Formats: sequence, structure tokens, C-alpha cells
Amino acid sequence: MTEAEDVLGTAAAWSKAGEQVAIATVTETWGSSPRPPGSQMAVTASGRMAGSVSGGCIEGAVADAAKRTMETGAPQLLDFGVTNERAWEVGLACGGKLKVFVERLG
Amino acid sequence: MTPDLLARLEQARAAGRPVVLATRLPSGEQILLPGDGDASAGLATAAEAALQADRSQTVEADGAQWFLHAYNPPLRLVVVGAVHIAQALVPMAAGLGYGVMVADPRRAFATDERFPGVTVSTDWPDEAMDALRPDSRTAIVTLTHDPKLDDPALDRALRSRAFYVGALGSRKTHAARLGRLRELGHGDAALARIRGPVGLDIGAVTAPEIALSILAQIVAVRRGAALVG
Repeated sequence: MTEAEDVLGTAAAWSKAGEQVAIATVTETWGSSPRPPGSQMAVTASGRMAGSVSGGCIEGAVADAAKRTMETGAPQLLDFGVTNERAWEVGLACGGKLKVFVERLG
Repeated sequence: MTPDLLARLEQARAAGRPVVLATRLPSGEQILLPGDGDASAGLATAAEAALQADRSQTVEADGAQWFLHAYNPPLRLVVVGAVHIAQALVPMAAGLGYGVMVADPRRAFATDERFPGVTVSTDWPDEAMDALRPDSRTAIVTLTHDPKLDDPALDRALRSRAFYVGALGSRKTHAARLGRLRELGHGDAALARIRGPVGLDIGAVTAPEIALSILAQIVAVRRGAALVG
């Protein structure tokens, strides 16, 4: 697996180097969501980012949620899509819906 | 994810062992399958199915929602012929996430300098293939243009469950090749598995362009794209 897709490997390396890391994973999708379940994004408290969970539409919001999870240690299951009020804030131009699980690593 | 679980997951992946990370939603409780004994039979079966289909998904088990993240070892690409096109093909395939192996008994071609960091076998192609044991997650491409090297590799490829078999060569070369493989006992169904001339018809001319056309075809076959004839 290459660095571009091996987000977990990248996250593990960051963690070993002493960074605080959270991982976001797409767990379910409906409609035309661009990235399938299993797609991941890693975020560090210092602001590094790897991977993706959408075509760029919701990565900002997921990074914010990841910061909260890093602080509290509590995982979150996020809903994104047209039926959700957040859709108006972060927007999924494709009209898809997805769930993203955010957890702290280590 | 706990440090212990991450370490075990990384260990399994480094060893090329297929595993599923099962996460209970939304609480986040996690187990690794197969291995962790406290999984229910239903969850274990669903995890096995996820690996088989190579698809991560959320399932219902024991009245709870579980996200099953399937971690299969990388797909493999076996390149027979350490030629110029192979030099372009190998790094591109690695970029797509394939574990790449090159086989060519001609030591002038199969050098570390030409293929830095790549597993190169200088065994005769049929022996190299026997050692590599291609499976249903393996693609095989022959590039030597030399029947005494390509044919034994293709013979082994057709006896394997490789999901993709491609052979470089013109239509005329390919027709002659099919005739020789038929004499080795391969029937129509087996011969129809060989993509030849190899690659999608994108008018490729240079070595990197031909490599791109081959990889595009491998991806299309792997993903079941409609453009595959």
C-alpha cells in the first residue's frame, strides 16, 4: 500500500513520533458519496492531515470534530448529508450522505 | 484505538495476514478478527465475508451496529520481463498500491540498478511463478516478446486464479502465442483470459504510456468497469 492510501500507517508513524493523532473513517454511505466505507483521514493536534473522507467537502468539519475527540478521548459518529442540518454548513455538493467515525489513536 | 490494538493491527498487516478491525458504533469498542475470541459467531462470519468481498461495511450483529474494516494484504502484480516498459510499469503500479515482483532470467535486464527496491527473480519464469504462487488477488503481465520466456509464464498464469493476465505483443504475435499455448493443452476459455494485445487502446506510444494503458486495464478488470470488452 502506498503512502497516499495507507492513512493508518501514516497515523501510526505520527503517533510513534509523539504526535497526538485522531483517525476519521467513513463507515457508511448513501447516494453519490465520493469515497467508500473504509476511507480514512488522520489529523494531528499540531495540524497535520493525511487522507480524505470525501471529495474535500467535509474534511474541515471532520478535522474540527477530531480536535474535540483528541481533547476528550471520546469517539464520535458524525452524520453528513442533505437530511442533516449540518449539510447547510459544510455542504455535500454531490448530494450524498455518509457517516464518519472519529477516534483517538493510542 | 488502543496502542495494543494498533500494534496488533500493524503486525498483521506487516505479515500480510488478512484481518478485520470491528468497531461497535457509536461506542467505539473494538476487536480484531479473526483472533479475538470474544466475538460472536455472527460477527466472525460477517468479518470473513468482508475480507472475501474485500469490502469494508457497517453490519448489524448481536443487536448492535458494527463497522467492519477489511484489511487485506495488497494486490500483487507479477511482471515477466525486466524490460523498458517494466521500468515504467513498476513504480506506477506501486503507486496504485500493488506489491510488485519482476521475473526475468536475463541478468543484464534484471538488475537492482534498473529496478531499485523491487523484488526481482532471475529464475526461469515458470519456476519464478511457482515460487510466487499467484492467487485471485494477483495480476500477471508478460512483456519479454520472447516465447521461450513468456510462454512458460503464461502457461502457469492460466493454471492459476490470477484475476488479470496480460501479454504484450501485436495481434499477429498474439495469435501465434495462442496457438502455442493451445498445444500445451489450454482450451478456449483459458486462452480467452489473456488480454492481448495488452492494455486499453489509448494510442499509447512511449513506455510510460504503455504502462498506463496496462494499469488502466488492470484497474478496469479489478473494478468490473463496463469498458472491459
